[in-house]
Amino acid sequence: MVGNGHNGKDPVLVIVQLSGGNDFMNTLIPYTSGVYHDSRPVVGIPADKVLPMDDELGWHPSSAALKDMFDDGTVAVVQGIGYPNSSRSHFRAMDIWHTCEPVEVGTEGWLGRATRELDPNGENVLTSVNFGRGLPRALAVPGVPITSVGDLENYGLMTGIDDVDQRNEALDVFKQMYAPAVGTGPVMDYLARTGLDVLKGADEIKKAPAMYKSDVEYGSNAIAQSLRDAARVHLAGLGTRILYTQHGGYDTHANEVPTHPQLLSDLSGAISDFFDDLRAHDASDNVVMLVFTEFGRRIKDNASGTDHGTGGGAFIIGDPVKGGLYSEYPSLDPKTWANGEDLAHTIDFRGIYGTILEQWLGIDPTEIVGGQFEQISPFVAAN
Amino acid sequence: MGDRDLALAAHLMRRAGFGVSRGELETLATRPYDDVVDDLLHPERFPDVDTDLCDRYYGWDNYHGPAVGWMYRMAVTRRPLQEKMALFWHHVFATAFFKSEHVASLNRQVEMFRRVGMSDMRTILLELSRDPAMIYWLDNNENVSGEPNENYGRELLELFSMGVGSYTELDIKNASRAFTGWTFAQPIPLYPHGHYDSHFERRPEEHDDGVKTFLGETGRFDGGEIIDIIVRQPATAVFIGRHLYNFFVADEPQVPAWPIEPPRDPGAVRVLVAACLESNGDMRSVLRALFTSEFFKEAQFQRVKSPMELVTGVMNLVGFQALPEPGIGVYQSAVTAMGQELLNPPTVEGWHTGKEWIDGGTLNERVNFAVNEVGDGSKPGIAEIVGRVSGRGSELSPEEFMNVCLDLVGPLTVGDETREALMAHAESEGPLRFDTEEDEKASGRRIVRMVQLIVSSMEYQFG
Repeated sequence: MVGNGHNGKDPVLVIVQLSGGNDFMNTLIPYTSGVYHDSRPVVGIPADKVLPMDDELGWHPSSAALKDMFDDGTVAVVQGIGYPNSSRSHFRAMDIWHTCEPVEVGTEGWLGRATRELDPNGENVLTSVNFGRGLPRALAVPGVPITSVGDLENYGLMTGIDDVDQRNEALDVFKQMYAPAVGTGPVMDYLARTGLDVLKGADEIKKAPAMYKSDVEYGSNAIAQSLRDAARVHLAGLGTRILYTQHGGYDTHANEVPTHPQLLSDLSGAISDFFDDLRAHDASDNVVMLVFTEFGRRIKDNASGTDHGTGGGAFIIGDPVKGGLYSEYPSLDPKTWANGEDLAHTIDFRGIYGTILEQWLGIDPTEIVGGQFEQISPFVAAN
Repeated sequence: MGDRDLALAAHLMRRAGFGVSRGELETLATRPYDDVVDDLLHPERFPDVDTDLCDRYYGWDNYHGPAVGWMYRMAVTRRPLQEKMALFWHHVFATAFFKSEHVASLNRQVEMFRRVGMSDMRTILLELSRDPAMIYWLDNNENVSGEPNENYGRELLELFSMGVGSYTELDIKNASRAFTGWTFAQPIPLYPHGHYDSHFERRPEEHDDGVKTFLGETGRFDGGEIIDIIVRQPATAVFIGRHLYNFFVADEPQVPAWPIEPPRDPGAVRVLVAACLESNGDMRSVLRALFTSEFFKEAQFQRVKSPMELVTGVMNLVGFQALPEPGIGVYQSAVTAMGQELLNPPTVEGWHTGKEWIDGGTLNERVNFAVNEVGDGSKPGIAEIVGRVSGRGSELSPEEFMNVCLDLVGPLTVGDETREALMAHAESEGPLRFDTEEDEKASGRRIVRMVQLIVSSMEYQFG
């Protein structure tokens, strides 16, 4: 059975975007390769520090929590994810990942399109929820309501008007002012719809923090807090199917040695806490997480960090996931390097999106990702 | 003074500045428009802001100090366009605190924008390339002969001058080589080095003096010569012209779409490009062409206000006092929650603008901030609005009541839905009376509520 989640619940997708270009070679490390150590005299991780997975690959020592989950069989590593003629511009690259449009500049995000499939009439403004400031293009599609929450505790309009009657009247006037009007143009239309969606979403989402109780203590770092918010909304049972958040700071051109381990440590711990929290609430069996980044980094270090490269890696995580390595680790043979200096990708990211859309969410991916791409089979057979 | 002049003056001061008080607006509207523009283009005619008090209140040990100080300047400056251009360059040459945590160099960068922001493109790009905060932000201090780091070279072409499609990967490599050895003395970042000031330094021993080909020209180029070539390219005039149009006139698509989507008003961008090329990239000439054009005058309420514009506009509406009281840090928190953390943009691409400022979360913040600020009738600007409305006569019809409030908040033009909703609200409590002391009090509260509803409207989101 495909696309129906487990135990009769709707499948839920959590996205974690690593912004800046995560150094995949220093996340899952080819620690027995001479090419790796020769190419990275400064940022390379010594073989004896790596947490071995097999006799070729090992985890970065700061990603122990992720390694434990991998060992438990709930992490699928998608090696060598990328696309042809990978862009080295952060913005262009992120746009491509968000819109699946590697040539034209796309305006519609793949998850916005998926949201439209999941909720064609826009009946639940909480079908997709973004945590953090600003809506990622992945979720942006004209006409598709998405709720974007900066601060889960104080989400709601006119909360500063103390008098209940006056506040209700102000909300009523607000609703009339943001009524859809004819011929005022797309920006006004967008604003009107957003205003009404906020009104609707706020009443619902404020239930989430009130209902939440947990023994899991998340870290105080940003990604841990964002995933805690995601857990609170998921556990409130508001019909949310896609939860999106970001973890920034991966653009490690310089000072990679102190910076990157901290990022991996925060990230691994936050993901591990998130799933522990869900399991403790018996709410993990219908949740899958995709962790992605806009590109990997250059094979050779620049004596302090690494420049923008290609051939990155992604993770698909969750109890319904069949853990293991997928696709192939890009070849380290210098003759095969893309542009003479980069890891060549071994699987197209649009195939991984397709895998998740089709095999997890039960949506035909062809229109959403712009074609048919090779998929993998990272999910356990449904019971 | 006609209503048209008042609306145009308000438009000019929202765009070229951060809004002004009603009293000042009425004075400006009586002057010839081109004279007001000329004054805006010559900040040296007006005294600078005295920031000593602000510095004392907010200090320098983290970036909130300079960010709050900068907001304070925006709200009270008598040189608004100088400050607005500094903000413009901060949008384009986006440099963030989170990497260096080094306040002194960031603050110095903003001072540089203030100093040269209305000079010519060559000076601006040269100063930028010599700016320690930028050098560290894009790793040019690690760009040395034999081990080039392409980060600055790439963004200089892609995001700071010409835009994607005007150069090749080889041009990036060679531009990067030309900037090898351009670094700074004294350390950045803050940790572990501490609060040392830093300054530009060019190290010949780290510079790649070899022959380079860049955009079809060949020579032993240094960074300055690369900039000379960049500023001669029409692509640079087009790129900066489009940025200026987006920032001052009307919302454009986001920068990554520019190679593919034509400008919203190609004729307007042509005017700006011509002014740029004719003046060798002199920003003052380009800005004069912009502000005196018909396309600018006709573009009222065609831009979604940035969070900075929204917040400073509200500060002016409520009559923010010229002294930096403790507590103005709340304005900086508000801007941050709306998605524009000053001195800490999310990436080197800067903030996405226009309708991308708005999503459910940020609209919520914008509405709540404005509603809360104007809800305090003791603030001088709000007390003045109440005074002016009550000065219109002993009794105002609901329609007069609504219209005079819309005028005093903007003048703001609203659509039918908003007008009907506000009208229904005004009518629900009948005419506004000032006969008795009790009437006066009740009417004062009604005026405040009306202003709250107006600033929560869709139309108020546009500047």
